[in-house]
Amino acid sequence: MQRLPALAGKLPARFVERELLPIGIFVLLALIPALARLLSEGYLLSLCGRMMIFAIAAVALDLLVGYGGLISFGQAAFIGLGAYAVGILSVHGMGEALISLPAAILASAAFALLTGFVCLRTKGVYFIMITLAFGQMAFFTASSLAPYGGDDGLTIAARNTVAGTAVLRGEHLFYYLAFACLLGTYVLCRVLVASRFGRVFRGAKENALRVETVGFDVFRFQLVGYVITGALAGLSGFLLANATEFVSPAYMSWQRSGELIVMVILGGLGSLHGAILGTACYLLLEQWLSGLTENWKVIFGPLLVLVVLFARGGLLGAYGKLVGRLRHG
Amino acid sequence: MSTALLIVQILNGLQLGVLLFLIAAGLTLVFGVMNFINLAHGVQYMLGAYLAVTFYAVTESFLLATVLALVATLAFALVLELAVFRQLYDRDHLDHVIATFGIILFLNHGVKLVWGAAPLSLPIPQALSGSVRLADGLLYPWWRLVIIAAGLGTAGALHALIMHTRIGMLIRAGATHGTMVSALGVNIRRLFTLIFGLGAMLAGFAGIMIAPILSVEPGMGDSVLILAFVVIVVGGIGSVRGAFAAALVIGLVDTLGRSFCVDILRLMMGPSPARTIGPAIASMLIYLLMAGVLYFRPTGLFPAAGR
Repeated sequence: MQRLPALAGKLPARFVERELLPIGIFVLLALIPALARLLSEGYLLSLCGRMMIFAIAAVALDLLVGYGGLISFGQAAFIGLGAYAVGILSVHGMGEALISLPAAILASAAFALLTGFVCLRTKGVYFIMITLAFGQMAFFTASSLAPYGGDDGLTIAARNTVAGTAVLRGEHLFYYLAFACLLGTYVLCRVLVASRFGRVFRGAKENALRVETVGFDVFRFQLVGYVITGALAGLSGFLLANATEFVSPAYMSWQRSGELIVMVILGGLGSLHGAILGTACYLLLEQWLSGLTENWKVIFGPLLVLVVLFARGGLLGAYGKLVGRLRHG
Repeated sequence: MSTALLIVQILNGLQLGVLLFLIAAGLTLVFGVMNFINLAHGVQYMLGAYLAVTFYAVTESFLLATVLALVATLAFALVLELAVFRQLYDRDHLDHVIATFGIILFLNHGVKLVWGAAPLSLPIPQALSGSVRLADGLLYPWWRLVIIAAGLGTAGALHALIMHTRIGMLIRAGATHGTMVSALGVNIRRLFTLIFGLGAMLAGFAGIMIAPILSVEPGMGDSVLILAFVVIVVGGIGSVRGAFAAALVIGLVDTLGRSFCVDILRLMMGPSPARTIGPAIASMLIYLLMAGVLYFRPTGLFPAAGR
C-alpha cells in the first residue's frame, strides 16, 4: 500500500483507483490462506472469511446507496432471511446447499420484491424509515418463531453438504467459496453499474424526474436494483449461517443494518471496492477496540461522528486527497 | 370477563399511544422544521429515565427528580446540538443517519459505563401506586392513568404552543418557508436549537413517566425509536397532528393485536398453530398497517404543507 502513491505518479489516478486497487484487494484476499499458514495465524483465516461474507452484503448495499441514492436501513433483514432459510431447512433435515442456497437467495429476493413495492413508492426520508421498519418487522417475526428458536436463535447441526459431499466443512474450501461469492458479487455489480440498467439507475439518483421524462420507468429500475441487493444479501446470509453454524434474530437487528451502512461509508461511497475496504476497516477496528474495552462502541461512536464531520468520502476519499496532494506538491 | 380485558387492553393501548406521541412529536418537529433525521432521539428517552433514577436516589422525591431530570435532559440536548448537530443541518440525510447512529452507539454503551449494564428501576410515587376500580372486578393501576393524562395534557399544551403563540407561529412558518422566515430577520438557528431542546425534553419526559413500569436499561430507546418512526411516517412527517392520530392508532393496534391475535386465530385454526403463528402476526401488524397507509398515501395521513 505504501508504494501506491509512488506508482500513482506514473499511472492515471483513475486507473489506479478503479482497476489496480480492486485487483490488489482480491489478490491479497486470495493469498490470505497461504499467509495464515505461513504466519501460523489460523485466526486470520476466520477473520477474513467473516469479512468477505459481510463485504458481499456491503458491496450490494453500495450498489443501492452509492449508485441508486436509495438509503436502505434494512439490509440486515435480507442477510437474516438468507440465514434463516438455511437454518429452517436444516431443522427439517435438509442440509443440501444445492437446495438451501437457491432457497436463501429466493427468500431474500421475494422479501425485497414485496417490500420494495411499498418502499419505492416513497422518497428520501420516508424510504429510510420504511426500510428500517420492514427490517424490524423481519426481526420481530424471527424473534417470535418459537419452533425455530425464537429469541435464542437456532443452532445448525452441521454445515450444508454439496451434492451429498461435506466439502464445505473444509476451512480452506469454505474460504474460497466465500471468496468466489465476493468476487462474483463485485463483478456482477460492476457490470450492472456500467450497463444500460446502471445508467438509468444512476441517472435516477441525480434526477429521477429527468430520467422519467426521457421515457424510463424509474420505479421498475429501482425495484430491480432493490431486489438484486436483497438477493445478494441473501447469499451473504447463506454463507454466514454456514460459517457460524448458528442463526439468530440478532443477524437482522437494525444496529446491524446501521453497521452495514457504516461499512460502506467508511470505505467510500459509490465505488464498490470501497465497501470491501470499509468492511475490513470496520471489522479490524472492532477487533482492535474490543481488545481495549468491552464497551468499545463508546470509542467507535464518536469516531463515526468525526468521520462524518471531517472525513467525508471515507478511506478512498482520503486516498484520493493524498494522491492529489502528492501530485500538486 | 372478556369486556373487562378489552377495556384494560384499550387503556394499555392508549397509554402506549400517548407515550409514542411524546417521542414522535419531537422527532417530527425536528424533521419538519430542520429537515434533519435524528436517530439519536430515542437515547433522549433513555437518558430521561436514567437521570430520573439518579435524581430520585438523591432527592427521594419523584416530582423533584422529574423536574431535575427534565432540566438535565434539556441541557444535554443543547450541548449535543451545539457540538454536533448544528454542523450537520446543511448535510444530506445519509450524513445525519451515520452521525446520529454514532451518537446512539456512544450513549447506549456510555450509560453502561456510568450506570452499569443491569436494569434499574424507579418506584411509583406512593400516592399513585395503588389501583383504581373502574368497574366490578376491573382494577387498573393509577400510574398508567397518570401517564395517559400527562400525555394528553402535554399534547394539548403542545397544540396551544404551536397554534396560539408567537414561537408556535415561527415553528409553523419555519416548517414550510424556512428561508423566508430567516430572511424576515428571525434567528433561525436559535429557533432550531429551541425546537431541538423541546423535542428532547418531550422524549425525556416520556422516559421518566414510563420508568416506573418498565425497567431502565441500555438500549431501551431503540425499540421505541423505531415505533416512533412508524408513527411519524404513518402520520406524515412534520405534522404534529398526524403524529398524535398515528400514535394512538399504532399504540392501540399493537397492544390489541398482541393480546387478541392468538384468540382470533384460534377461531380459524387449531390452538397449536394459532399459538405459533399468532405472536408472529401480532408483531407484524403495525408494519403491515404502515405499508398499507404508505401504499395509498406515500406521504402519510396528514402530510405537512409545503413538503
